[in-house]
Amino acid sequence: MPAITSIAGRGLPLRGDDLDTDRIMPARFLRAVTFEGLENHVFEDDKKDNPNHPFNDAKYKGAAILVVNSNFGCGSSREHAPQGLARYGIQAIVGESFSEIFLGNSAVLGIPCFTAEKTAIEHLQAAIEKSPDLVIEADVANGVVSAGTLGIEATVPSGLRDAFVTDQWNPTAMLLADFDKVRAIAKGLPYVSGF
Amino acid sequence: MPTLFHNVWNAHSVRTLPSGQTQLFVGLHLIHEVTSPQAFDMIRQHGWRVAFPERTFATVDHIVPTSVQKRPFIDLTAEEMTSVLERNCHEYGIQLYAPGASGGEHQGIVHVIGPEMGLTQPGMTIACGDSHTSTHGALGAIAFGIGTSQVRDVLASQSLALDPLKVRRINVDGHLRPGVFAKDVILTIIRRLGVQGGVGFAYEYGGSTVDRMTIDERMTMCNMSIEGGARVGYINPDDTTFRYIEGRPFAPQGPAFTRAVEWWRQIASTPDAEYDDVVHIDAGSIEPTVTWGINPGQSVGIHEAIATNADEEALTFMGFKAGARVEGTRIDVAFIGSCTNGRLSDLEEAAKIVKGRHVAPHVKALVVPGSQAVSRAAVARGLDQVFTNAGFEWRGAGCSMCLAMNPDKLEGNQICASSSNRNFKGRQGSPTGRTLLMSPAMVAAAAVSGEVVDVRAMLDEVHA
Repeated sequence: MPAITSIAGRGLPLRGDDLDTDRIMPARFLRAVTFEGLENHVFEDDKKDNPNHPFNDAKYKGAAILVVNSNFGCGSSREHAPQGLARYGIQAIVGESFSEIFLGNSAVLGIPCFTAEKTAIEHLQAAIEKSPDLVIEADVANGVVSAGTLGIEATVPSGLRDAFVTDQWNPTAMLLADFDKVRAIAKGLPYVSGF
Repeated sequence: MPTLFHNVWNAHSVRTLPSGQTQLFVGLHLIHEVTSPQAFDMIRQHGWRVAFPERTFATVDHIVPTSVQKRPFIDLTAEEMTSVLERNCHEYGIQLYAPGASGGEHQGIVHVIGPEMGLTQPGMTIACGDSHTSTHGALGAIAFGIGTSQVRDVLASQSLALDPLKVRRINVDGHLRPGVFAKDVILTIIRRLGVQGGVGFAYEYGGSTVDRMTIDERMTMCNMSIEGGARVGYINPDDTTFRYIEGRPFAPQGPAFTRAVEWWRQIASTPDAEYDDVVHIDAGSIEPTVTWGINPGQSVGIHEAIATNADEEALTFMGFKAGARVEGTRIDVAFIGSCTNGRLSDLEEAAKIVKGRHVAPHVKALVVPGSQAVSRAAVARGLDQVFTNAGFEWRGAGCSMCLAMNPDKLEGNQICASSSNRNFKGRQGSPTGRTLLMSPAMVAAAAVSGEVVDVRAMLDEVHA
């Protein structure tokens, strides 16, 4: 599990607030015991409904950095949503705000979610729309996202930022590292010991 | 002074991780067939064991058919996902409640069976791979929705890496008017604070209105916290809570129950607790509320017009005009059920409206009890007869048309009056299907009227 300090790649601007995980990954694609193939169904209904949807647009093919607006990933806790995006090739998401569950689910997959001011996001989206080949660099450690001459302050929540840069973003091993302490906490809880 | 959130957080903090996040012990882990199979695969690949199998409970709810629940299910994918959960639970020693197996009579929506079995208790941390886990906060637990990788973490370590939340106190005071329910209160709160308003917060609900609520009503409130952006919603435990828990299968018994109540009182927020934010809601001003849009914050009182500056995308999708009313909208489907409003008291309130009436000829109406226990209790009271005599379908327990992972789904651009929690585009199984969220009594009123109406007019008839 490598440290993730910075991600570079082309951008994909996706405008709209409150894009929920049912839209990112409709529930019918959760009818499976693996996450395989979910990349084929990202925003499936929105894409069908709108031929100009950015995920339909050839000029954004191969993009690694998704740029969204506010409350992205709200609703269902389905990890299938960030799993689909990750398998599609998205390596970082920059937005005004994120649902906490989505942000946490993305982090565990090694996808940092950067938060930036509304106007900064709009500038970034506009820059990508104008120049889809622009290479975006999302710097986790320093909290900056840059695109050509544009540089915006964009931060990952500090706990997760430190987890990314110290390669501890997938926390299971860390949670097991001091298991005696887990047992001790359990033992001290009245409801675990039967009151 | 600390809140219940802080007390529970501190009691369950294992350590501060090198990243600065907290390792939080999870007291109760609930799993279901849709978000757990990949988690089991991951622990198997790594050779991890399940750390505390006795602290995880499983059921099937999301994909389970509600028409015929005899095994094997006709839906082969549902059968496969249930079988995989059975194998995983068997391999790791986890209690499962599923049709066709021992304990199957306890099957139901995970957020309905946790409280009804007495698994959910005050002061616990609870995690489940489902965003409506916030429901369990109604009993004074701190309950988180999590993703599948976090399900893996809880299986492997009985803990999660989390950052603490701020706490917003939401005081609801005054008397709800007849025909106004907990669902209307929470829809009003979400409308007022916004669907993003709770991001970064746990919502603590209180005030005289909440104090008088039953646990079922409190669960409706806490359930939809996530629709307001708050991952956690809770209500401090009180005598109503203790009375609800006493005698349930997993509740502490005898002297242990007395000691438990003592601890439960101690962990509650004190009257002088400090909050990061405080909001006041006047219960008396709340109307029966219906959503008109594509997120749960887009709602109006039943006699209120949709704002003239309402979101264009939502209006277009739903087929409403700015300034119009939802009242009088012809519906195609009526759905009573879900972890929000699929409990016995919800069915009772709906049945009061339905009794002696009939579902409008053009409406498909279904009642899906939240659990098999809810179903049995309803049947014992003759509610199934009330509903079927009126032309409703009476189904087996499950999530059903709340998220339409089974055959219960909208077709085309049907409009559904629904007691569920989300009106997102495509939520009820058809990409163009439209959802109007409302209380179960309002759904019942819409079902028999064929259109969205003010349930209060029917209450008067009931009383007359």
